[in-house]
Amino acid sequence: MDKIFTPELKAKADKIVALYETRRASVLEVLRLVMEHYGHVTIEAEEAVANYLGIAPIDVHEVITFYTLYYTKPKSRVRFNVCRTLSCSLLGGREVLSHLEEKLGLKAGEMHPSGSCSIQAVECLGACELAPMLQLNDDEFIGNLTKEKIDELVKKVM
Amino acid sequence: MEKLISKYFVPGKTFSLAEFEQDGGYQAARAVFDKFPDPKALVEEVKKSNLRGLGGAGFPAGMKWSLVPQNTGKPVYLVVNADEGEPGTFKDKYILRHVPHLLLEGIIIAAYANNVHKAYIYIRGEYTHPYDMLQKAVKEAYDKGYLGKQIFGREFALDVVVHRGAGAYICGEETGLLESLEGKKGFPRLKPPFPAVVGLFGCPTVINNVETLSYLPYILNRGAEWFAKLGSEKNGGLRLFSVSGHVQKPGVYELPLGVSLREIIYTHAGGIRGDRKLKAVVPGGLSAAIFRADEIDVGMDFDQLRAKNTMAGSAGVIVMDETTCIVKALYVTMRFYGHESCGQCSPCREGTGWVSKILRRVAEGRGRTGDVNNLLDICSFMGGTTICALADGAAMPLRSYIEKFREEFEYYVKHGKSMVDGTALETQTLHDTSHMSHVGS
Repeated sequence: MDKIFTPELKAKADKIVALYETRRASVLEVLRLVMEHYGHVTIEAEEAVANYLGIAPIDVHEVITFYTLYYTKPKSRVRFNVCRTLSCSLLGGREVLSHLEEKLGLKAGEMHPSGSCSIQAVECLGACELAPMLQLNDDEFIGNLTKEKIDELVKKVM
Repeated sequence: MEKLISKYFVPGKTFSLAEFEQDGGYQAARAVFDKFPDPKALVEEVKKSNLRGLGGAGFPAGMKWSLVPQNTGKPVYLVVNADEGEPGTFKDKYILRHVPHLLLEGIIIAAYANNVHKAYIYIRGEYTHPYDMLQKAVKEAYDKGYLGKQIFGREFALDVVVHRGAGAYICGEETGLLESLEGKKGFPRLKPPFPAVVGLFGCPTVINNVETLSYLPYILNRGAEWFAKLGSEKNGGLRLFSVSGHVQKPGVYELPLGVSLREIIYTHAGGIRGDRKLKAVVPGGLSAAIFRADEIDVGMDFDQLRAKNTMAGSAGVIVMDETTCIVKALYVTMRFYGHESCGQCSPCREGTGWVSKILRRVAEGRGRTGDVNNLLDICSFMGGTTICALADGAAMPLRSYIEKFREEFEYYVKHGKSMVDGTALETQTLHDTSHMSHVGS
């Protein structure tokens, strides 16, 4: 347990826990904290979080597996999350995704063996005014995508 | 038309506390204590404004507040729904990103009205930049004494905690959200009891959408009657329409409730791209029943749209021009529900899953005789049979797309390709991934 919650990380987690009525309520944010620190959440880290919060490991595992934003394996350096829902799809989202797949030699859902990049087709990100769009590295929204814009983006970030 | 909230939507800008105050911000929250010595009078004022729940349900906001029991001996919580997951909807993001203090001011007013001393803002996990802006605003408000132990120097404490979701559409459903906020997977709860009575941590809870709360300062500053008059009958005020799809100018437009759909598309969003013809419109987020082009002379408020068998929902307007294949559009739509069903209720888990698989087969040109009827058959057991409204939200587009464009579905099944663009989707195969490692999550 100490291996995961270093004194520094524990101090941060304590601050999060203090915001909530129950320790369990903080689990989403504590998992995010652990993930931001280590890059992903291992099964050992899940157990450490469960111990730290005083809840059953299964309760943490249920959360990890229910939500889509937690990485349980090492993630790639560059991550393209391409929206596939209606507005993006109407404006050429499918073609943009195929172009990116071709360019990187990957299919959506795959990571390059070198760990350099990965593509995910994701559901609506709340940025339909930018359609077709993607989220880069779980952060920046990049929109009005065309094949040319994908080429430029890949050149810039890869 | 005067802009209220959207006047703050300046590209690249987030209004700081000082800038917001300079523009009259926090005046309504500051004045609320003296103006309404009895919070019940404030609830009555909001009732008079005809403010509706702008997250999508359209429940009268003042009425919702009046259902919260104040005599249970338990604390009352305010939960702000900033999960914004309904496809086609992106307006709350603008409030969070450009003027988070307006939301905080609305939160203070709602907290005072409902005797709340702790509020949680549940923001979707993908909104990283809006989250940063919101956290910064919360800190500014604490530093200035607008949140904390004695807000505005009054004997009134209010804490605000910002909580990030982790990627689940179902957590926008209010009871799924509560479960998630308690640290669990987002399985919606059976109602009753309603969250007003038994909500967060078993306590009475007010759940309001970001936009709903953000109109409160205007109602207090300029009066409930003024606000009510801005909109249509029993639908007070303005609201933020998110317009996307095949329009010239996609974006957020703040217009009166009851504005015509035609006006939104042709006057505000600049009409259809490339001067093509309109084919269909989703009026209120992905879960709303679709309109054909000849049905857009309709007033966009909760009651008029309900009378047309669809819904105002989250005001996410998705526009489709004549080049749109409705079959493929429905496949994309139903794939969403298949992916996002939480799996708790069988009619939804199985229904959305099978509908999405059958539509995939049809869209790939491998449709079978009877598929269209099968889809309608599945649809008939999905509505009204589940704990939450996700399945009803899936059934509405499913039934309406098929009923209004049935010939396109029949053609696709018969010919193995789209009547509109003459193509079918590539057959999805389980490609060899042995040399690849899969993405972490």
